[in-house]
Amino acid sequence: MKVSELASIEGFGTIALPDGEREISGVYIGDLLSWVMGRAKADDAWITIMSNINIVAVASLADVACIILAEGVQLDAAVTETARSKGVNILSCSMPAYEAAKTFFEKL
Amino acid sequence: MAEALTFHYDVDGENFTSAGQASVQVKKNLRQLGFDPETIRRVSIAMYEGEINMVIHAGGGTADVTVDDGCIEIILTDTGPGIANIEQAMQEGFSTAPDNIRTLGFGAGMGLPNMKRYTDYMHIDSVVGEGTTITMKVNY
Repeated sequence: MKVSELASIEGFGTIALPDGEREISGVYIGDLLSWVMGRAKADDAWITIMSNINIVAVASLADVACIILAEGVQLDAAVTETARSKGVNILSCSMPAYEAAKTFFEKL
Repeated sequence: MAEALTFHYDVDGENFTSAGQASVQVKKNLRQLGFDPETIRRVSIAMYEGEINMVIHAGGGTADVTVDDGCIEIILTDTGPGIANIEQAMQEGFSTAPDNIRTLGFGAGMGLPNMKRYTDYMHIDSVVGEGTTITMKVNY
């Protein structure tokens, strides 16, 4: 599934979508950034509730397909802007992490 | 590759929010050189963890990256407090990071283990009170 397709599913939304054509191949859920860098795979959708600026660098370096901010977590405008300029996709999601992953899986 | 390519970066120890700039730049450079995504990912993550460590513990430092035939070498140097017990520091989950770092999602004690995980060679040279030099190599 493409990131842009996931963004259009009910419950998900777009925060920054500089590379919406990117394919998602799996899901990783986690909030400890080094765990994410150690365990997430390239092209995963990374579900988190972390919203500080460092998530953009982590997503970029770990080469995940997108960040999904679960539980309706909001993002500062500056972080959104950095994500756009670094080519990092960020989606919003009103659901908790488990529900978000389940919805993604069901729509595959 | 006829001649090794070298990149030098200063890691700002004052600014936690801009930590990772050197790693992001290395990622860009490797991409331009045509490296495969997994090699880029390994180098970038190992270097980013090192950068974060230098910002958290050592007030910054320097990073030198050399791209040579078959191998990318990363040398991180700081003049911070040094690592008293390297074996302990290498254990997953062991951390001396302060609480304010933990609220940012770091300080899980995974930095050094990740650097080892993603590289083919890693050596820590550290003297308490003088500083730390970490050498990592990624073969490609």
